[in-house]
Amino acid sequence: MVESNEKSDKTPKLSIKDLSIFYGKEKVLSNVSFDIFENEIFGIIGPANSGKTSFLRILNRMDTFVPEMRFEGEVVFDGKNIMEWRNLYALRRSIGVVFPLPVGLPMSIYENVALSPRLRGIRSKGELDSIVERCLRRAALWDEVKDRLNVLGSLLSGGQQQRLTIARALSQEPKMLLLDEFSIAVDPVTTMKIEDALKDLRNEMTIILVTNLVQQARRLANRTAFFLMGEFIEEGNTEDFFTGNVQDPRTRQYVQGRFG
Amino acid sequence: MFEATEINIRNKRIGKGIKFSFLLMTVLLATPVLIILAVLIQKGGPMISWDFLFSDPTNGMTAGGIFPALIGTISLVIVALIASVPVGVAAAIYLSEYAKDNWLTRIINLAIINLAGVPSIVHALFGVGAFVLFFKFGTSILAASFTLAVMTLPVVIVATRESLQAVPYAFREACWNMGATRWQTIYKVVLPNAISGILTGVILEVSRTAGETAPIMFTGAAFFLPFLPQSVFDQSMALSLHLFVVSTQVPNVPEELPYGVALVLIGIVLLMNSISIAFRFYLRGKKKW
Repeated sequence: MVESNEKSDKTPKLSIKDLSIFYGKEKVLSNVSFDIFENEIFGIIGPANSGKTSFLRILNRMDTFVPEMRFEGEVVFDGKNIMEWRNLYALRRSIGVVFPLPVGLPMSIYENVALSPRLRGIRSKGELDSIVERCLRRAALWDEVKDRLNVLGSLLSGGQQQRLTIARALSQEPKMLLLDEFSIAVDPVTTMKIEDALKDLRNEMTIILVTNLVQQARRLANRTAFFLMGEFIEEGNTEDFFTGNVQDPRTRQYVQGRFG
Repeated sequence: MFEATEINIRNKRIGKGIKFSFLLMTVLLATPVLIILAVLIQKGGPMISWDFLFSDPTNGMTAGGIFPALIGTISLVIVALIASVPVGVAAAIYLSEYAKDNWLTRIINLAIINLAGVPSIVHALFGVGAFVLFFKFGTSILAASFTLAVMTLPVVIVATRESLQAVPYAFREACWNMGATRWQTIYKVVLPNAISGILTGVILEVSRTAGETAPIMFTGAAFFLPFLPQSVFDQSMALSLHLFVVSTQVPNVPEELPYGVALVLIGIVLLMNSISIAFRFYLRGKKKW
């Protein structure tokens, strides 16, 4: 039950026009167009194989690591076309990503979170300490690990690792956070903790939440888009999705759980 | 309801038979190794002494020790490692982390596999042509070591590549997503988790290098040279060649002498292998995901 933001008078954080994504000759997503604004959680729902993950990969140009992957159309992030970012590393640094399966890197919890600050040249121990604590707190993990920051991150439980992944993403000081079905390998209690954390994080950044749990989108997202089998069906206020106020009957059917 | 039917019983009997025959193969495989070791220790064991290890051969190599050969083998191994490890590890990192899957990469991979299959005597002739004559190293430790290095490169490359590939792809992707460059990812995440496999490859290379005879015969190992080498441009004796010489080329060698040399040689190799195993064990204890 989140109210939609006033958006008309703001410039979008992320603006997408006629985006289509291809693997070689195969088109996996076509004609996506929408704007995403600062301080909102934007949900993307749809059944498996709808192009949701491919969509996220484009946003931080991870397509460069996938042979044959390319896209057409325009993606403007932070006022600048992503094709014009000369420094892809800076683009990626300003976009945090959380995968479906938690990835605790095989180094200590502390090092997991300090890695990104170190990579951008922060050396001072005190500064690193405070970044690590701040990020772990915001990811709702600090209280559980503060006494064992030297334990290997890959030894934490699945739910803790997922929060560690979020803390690591936050350590990049991102302007946008992409979450790809983050709760798939996470227990319900942890899921609620992470959801609460996300509600707070909304005040600091833009969040895109890909999920196949329709109710999760309802709980978190201000606006939601529906992808189906590589097609962008529509986007709108999340509340409209759940009150049946949609343009395409397939959206209503999916949200009501008729298929998918 | 839970009683074994006829087909259960038959399957169980077949399973047992197969397990037993595999066990038999394993025992057959291990037997020669054990026999070799037993014979060497029994016949060569009495030869091993401080004097044997640390004095020069005398009386036309029919008496005395093996010190120059021991030092020669150690120098050959060290120089060969210095030459091949950086090249091999760098090549493996390139192939595993940077190279795209195209025809050039496939040709390189094919070349590496074929390099591993080239007979050592052919490597020896290559070494004579390339290092002794073309680069004008002469017959020297340097030429022999480089020949050994070229021969053992595939071992290092394949071992390193395999251990790099064993690091989960998700780790790399997580790192790239953070804005790390490829090299930062390799340096911070991939290499620390692959180091145990790489070291195993290096130590396997050491044992192979120490034992080879053919590649050094024409390139730097001396038949008989009772002085220690002064630089890498000198020739030197080597244990493997020395074993060949005292076994077949010199008359009136006491029977135990070749066994003693062989025992020292195999001792070095086994020592290296045990270090490798212990080290891998130690590192595996630290690596968890």
